[in-house]
Amino acid sequence: MAAAQVILTERLTRRFGEATAVDALDMTVERGEVVGLLGHNGAGKTTTVRLLNGVLAPSSGRAQVLGLDPQRDGVALRRRCGVSTETPSVDERLTGRQGLRFFAEVYDVARERVEPRLAELLAAFDLEAAADQRVGTYSKGMRQRLTLARALLHEPELLFLDEPSSGLDPVAARAVDERIAGLRDGGTTVLLCTHNLAQAQALCDRVVVLEHGKVVASGAPTALAAELGARLAVRVALRLDDASAAPGLLADVPGIDQVVTQQAEPLELRFEAADADAIAAAVRALVRAGADVYAVERELPSLEHVYFALHRGERLAHGSSGRLVADDGVQRAEVAAGQRAQGEEVRS
Amino acid sequence: MNLRAVRAIVVKDLTVLRHAKAVLIPLIVVPLVMLLVLPALAAFAPRLADLPGASDLNALLEGMPAAMQARLAGFSEDERIVVLLLTYLFAPLYLILPLMVASVIAADTFAGERERRTLEALIYTPTSDMELLVGKLLAGFLPALAVAWGGFAFYSVVANLAAWPTLGRLFFPTGMWFVLALWVAPAVAAVGLGATVIVSSRVSTFQEAYQIGGVVVLPIVLLVVGQAAGVVVLSTGFVVALGAVFWAVALVLLRYGARTFRRGELMARA
Repeated sequence: MAAAQVILTERLTRRFGEATAVDALDMTVERGEVVGLLGHNGAGKTTTVRLLNGVLAPSSGRAQVLGLDPQRDGVALRRRCGVSTETPSVDERLTGRQGLRFFAEVYDVARERVEPRLAELLAAFDLEAAADQRVGTYSKGMRQRLTLARALLHEPELLFLDEPSSGLDPVAARAVDERIAGLRDGGTTVLLCTHNLAQAQALCDRVVVLEHGKVVASGAPTALAAELGARLAVRVALRLDDASAAPGLLADVPGIDQVVTQQAEPLELRFEAADADAIAAAVRALVRAGADVYAVERELPSLEHVYFALHRGERLAHGSSGRLVADDGVQRAEVAAGQRAQGEEVRS
Repeated sequence: MNLRAVRAIVVKDLTVLRHAKAVLIPLIVVPLVMLLVLPALAAFAPRLADLPGASDLNALLEGMPAAMQARLAGFSEDERIVVLLLTYLFAPLYLILPLMVASVIAADTFAGERERRTLEALIYTPTSDMELLVGKLLAGFLPALAVAWGGFAFYSVVANLAAWPTLGRLFFPTGMWFVLALWVAPAVAAVGLGATVIVSSRVSTFQEAYQIGGVVVLPIVLLVVGQAAGVVVLSTGFVVALGAVFWAVALVLLRYGARTFRRGELMARA
């Protein structure tokens, strides 16, 4: 295990009876990275977190976290990790302060540091005013913030965040994202389990996409998106006397499809183009028809495109072990011979 | 063993318990009935025995085995009823208290905590499985012990007050009751804890854990019935032996519970 590697798994597998929750997972996380573990419910994200914390024993394969074996050195390892669980997992009958104090004791925070640390975190997570109220009276956003504060109590080297924005309203979700960004900027290594693709795209250096416990793709979000060859999505703002005719003008342009009127007033079209030449041809067709074109904007391929493309591919080629790896800078698709079919399906 | 973490778990569980009405109400009501209402009623037993048709109490006295008759020989007829009730017949009922307290709290701190989904954060803490188990066992055992010993002191006062009009003197506690409180009651609490820990790892809710774990009350019910039927006579020697049996059972249950207690498996049921 290289010194910079904080997490290393080799064919890590966990079965529950007949079901395989995590299937031969190979993954590395380096110090200071924020890595997103993406996947829908039941993809194996939470089981992976439990395996990496020594809470569950693997059925086969191995893991090393912070240089320790989670199974053998679970107690020592958990002392250096913080986990924000998917459900807030905070006792409603305790006050926020009591709950944090309990975990400070259990995490063996130095006695003289407990109260100052509590004050620090309650202030940082905007919970000071409610600190002595029962958690049962807290909103979902407050509970989530309390969960994050709990995970940070002992200043862990490695942070596992399991769906930290789950069920939050946009304002609360953004506040949580800002906290995570702050941690990232402070150099904390974070494994972020989420199915919030926008969050992963904004916060993660790399993502690992899980399906049925298997890694189906990994890499930098933008690199992955480009590697998957998502078609170019384009938005055009224009004025045309007969606005309803606009989509029809593009119907015969080679390389253009999926044309929709995004907005009627002012008129905005959205379409997908095979390449840049197709975009130019589309603009020419619009101008020839008398349109005034105000703006042409290319949408960057997002992680969302990747995710849904992979999801479609998984369904089309279910059972194959298609896996795509993309590095920032040098992008490469590792689609082995038997897996190429899936890669092609994804592109279709 | 990280005693700071164990202590924190105990303090937290007891703090949570103070706000749990569903758990707290039976823990208050049942001891009050057993330790106050029943012995208070015993004060009226001699008068009830004199009423026409109240032959059951007299029959009960006459049906007692010779050993029991010998122990009550020095008392008048009225005194015998009061002493029989307060010293012997209520003794097994007293054992229900530590058993119930330990079982209710253990069901709440194991299955209940999982049901409330608060266990998940705990399993990620740097506590060993043993520290987690010991903390949670003590959270059930200490209140059970407090109720058993506090209840014993309280019952001693109530029993003497109830018997005063008939006996006119202090007669309680007896040596057998000291053994019952100091030796048997903790053992019974440990049995309740052991059974509930094992059951809690196999069920999903507090109610299930409490109800299935409640089966351990059967030996105590048998004691009550056995005494009333004249089959069993509680004596100091008998309760010493009884305590030893309960401790042995508790040891087996707790050892098995500790061997099978795995934090990951607990979560797998969540």
